[in-house]
Amino acid sequence: MQFAKFVVTRLIAYVLVIWIGITVVFFVPRFMPSDPVESMLGRIMTRGAYMDAEQVEAMRATLTQAFGLEGTLADQYFGFLHRIFVTREFGPSLSLFPTPVNELIGRALPWTLGLLLSSTIIAWIVGNAIGLLAGYKSRWVSSRALEIIAIFVYPIPYYITALILIILFIHLNPIFPLFFSIRGDPPSLEFISSVIYNSVLPAASIVIVGFGWWVLSMKALSSSISEEDFVYFAKLKGAGEGRIMTAYVLRNAILPQVTVLALQIGVIFNGALITEILFGYPGLGTMTYNAVLQADYNLLMGTITISIIAVATSTLVIDLLYPFFDPRIRQR
Amino acid sequence: MMMRRTSPRLTVGLIILAAFIILGGVLPFFSPEDPRSWIKHPRNLPPSAEHLLGTTNLGQDTFWLLSYATQNSLFIGLIVAFFATLIGVFAGLASGFLGGVPDRVITLLADVFIVVPSLPILILMSSLLQGRASLLLISIILILFNWPWPARQMRSIALSMRERQFVNTARFSGSSTLQILAEEIVPHIFSWSMANFVNTVLVAIATESGLAVIGLSSLEEATLGTTIYWALQHQALLGRRWWWIGSPVVAIILLFIALFLISTGISSLSAERRGHGDA
Repeated sequence: MQFAKFVVTRLIAYVLVIWIGITVVFFVPRFMPSDPVESMLGRIMTRGAYMDAEQVEAMRATLTQAFGLEGTLADQYFGFLHRIFVTREFGPSLSLFPTPVNELIGRALPWTLGLLLSSTIIAWIVGNAIGLLAGYKSRWVSSRALEIIAIFVYPIPYYITALILIILFIHLNPIFPLFFSIRGDPPSLEFISSVIYNSVLPAASIVIVGFGWWVLSMKALSSSISEEDFVYFAKLKGAGEGRIMTAYVLRNAILPQVTVLALQIGVIFNGALITEILFGYPGLGTMTYNAVLQADYNLLMGTITISIIAVATSTLVIDLLYPFFDPRIRQR
Repeated sequence: MMMRRTSPRLTVGLIILAAFIILGGVLPFFSPEDPRSWIKHPRNLPPSAEHLLGTTNLGQDTFWLLSYATQNSLFIGLIVAFFATLIGVFAGLASGFLGGVPDRVITLLADVFIVVPSLPILILMSSLLQGRASLLLISIILILFNWPWPARQMRSIALSMRERQFVNTARFSGSSTLQILAEEIVPHIFSWSMANFVNTVLVAIATESGLAVIGLSSLEEATLGTTIYWALQHQALLGRRWWWIGSPVVAIILLFIALFLISTGISSLSAERRGHGDA
C-alpha cells in the first residue's frame, strides 16, 4: 500500500507542477507593461516584411488568436488549457509558415533529450563513482586533490564552461567544428559518427560541471557514512573492501543523490538551453532562441510549454525510480 | 557570531570577494566616463597603462566596463538573495510550525517552483519586452524561483525544532511562540541562512548572466553577462580579442569560486561548532 500511495502522490504533484507552470506562462504576457500583439507586430515589420493595412489587420487578428487574447480572461485561460491538454496543438509556426509547431518541436526534442540524458547520466555515474572512492579513501592525496579540482569546477556555470571549451577546442585548436553540421541519413554510420563528433563539446560542458557537484556531494556523504558503526562492524566481520564500499557505503549514500538529481533537473535543463544556443545544437534551446529572434510566438509558446512538461516528466521518472534504490518504500 | 577557528576556504573566498566588492562597489564612482558609451577611445587596443584591460570593438575601456558590469551583477545577486532568503525563511518556518493547510500549500508551491525551469519563463518575458526588461523585473522573477530552497530547509529545521528539548523548556517557562522564535530558533538557523544567502547570490548572478549571454537580459545596462554578449556579437572570438571576451569570463569564474568557497566555508564552520566535524 505504501508503494501505491507513493506513486499516487507523485502523480498528483506531477499534474500540479505542469498546471502551475502553464498558468505562469499564461499570465506572463498579460502582466507585461506592453501589449504583446503590438510589440510582435512591430518586430515583424522591422524585419522588413512589407504589409498593407489589410494584411496588418489580418496579422493582428492571427496574433490575437495566437496569444489567446480573445474573450474574457476566464475564456482565454480555459481556451489555453484546452489547447495544451486536449487538442495538443500550438498552431502553425509564424516564421516557417505553414509548418506546424508540433512538427518542429518533434524534430528538436530528440536532440535535447539525447544530449541531456547522456551527459547527465555520464556525469552522475562517473561523479558518484569517483566521489565514493574519494570519500571512502579520504586520506589518499589523490582524493584531496580531486576535491580541490571539483571545488574550482562546480561553481562555474555551463555557458562559461561552454565558452572556454569553444575558445580552447574550436578557436585556438580547431579540433571540433565551428558550425553544427550533420552528414548522412539517420541509420548510417556516417550519421552517427557526425552526431557524436558534433555533440562532444556541448555534452562535455554539461558533464564537467555536473561531475564537480556529484564528486563533492558523494565524497561528503560517503566519508561520513564510512565512519558509522555498521561499517566498522562489517570491517571486524571481515567483509572485503569492495563489498563494504558497495553494499554498505554506496547503498546508503546513493539515496540522497537520487533525490537531488530529481531536484536538479530544472537547473540542468536551464544550463543545457544556453549551452545549445552557444553551440548552435539543433535542440529545444536553439529553437526557442530562434523563435525569440524571429518573433515566432506560436513556436515560442510551444517550446516553452514542452520544456516545462519535459522537465516535470523527467523529475517524475526519477522519483518513480527511487523505490528501486530504497527497499523501504518498495516492501512496506 | 564567534569564530574560534577560521577556515582556509572561507579566508580565500572572502579575499577574492573583497576584491570584487572594491571593483564593483567602489571603483565605479571613480570612473572617468560612462563606461557604456561607445567610441570614447580607439577600438581594440591591447592592454596598456592607460587601458588596463585594453579597449573593446565599440571603443569602450574594458576595465571600466568590467567594473560597471560587476556593480550591476552584484546588485542583482544581493537583491535576489536578500528577498529570496527572507521570504523563504518565513514561509518555511510558518509551514513547519503551523502545519495543516498552510503547510501543504507552501510545500506544494515550493516544490512546483523548484521543478519548473526558470529560464524558459525568463526567455518568454524578455522576448516580449525586447531587451528592455529592467534588471529589477528580472530580479523579481529570480526571487520567485529562489525562495523555495530556504523554505524547504527551514521547514525541516522547524519540524525538528518543535520536538527539541530546549524549545519545550522555553515553552513551559512561559515564553510565547514569537519569543521562542526570536530567542531560541533564529540563532540556530542563522548560519544556514548565511550560507544559503551567499549561494543564492551566486545562482542569481549566474541566471541573469545566462540570460544576458544570449542577449535576453537588459541590453541598455551592462552586466557581466551582457559584456560577454556584446563581445560574442562583435566576433571577439573570431577576431581573437581575448582581453574583451576573457575579462568578464575570468571575472565570473573568480567571483563564483569565491562565493562557493564562502558558502561551503560557512557551512563547515557551523557544522564544526555544533560538533559534527567537517561537513
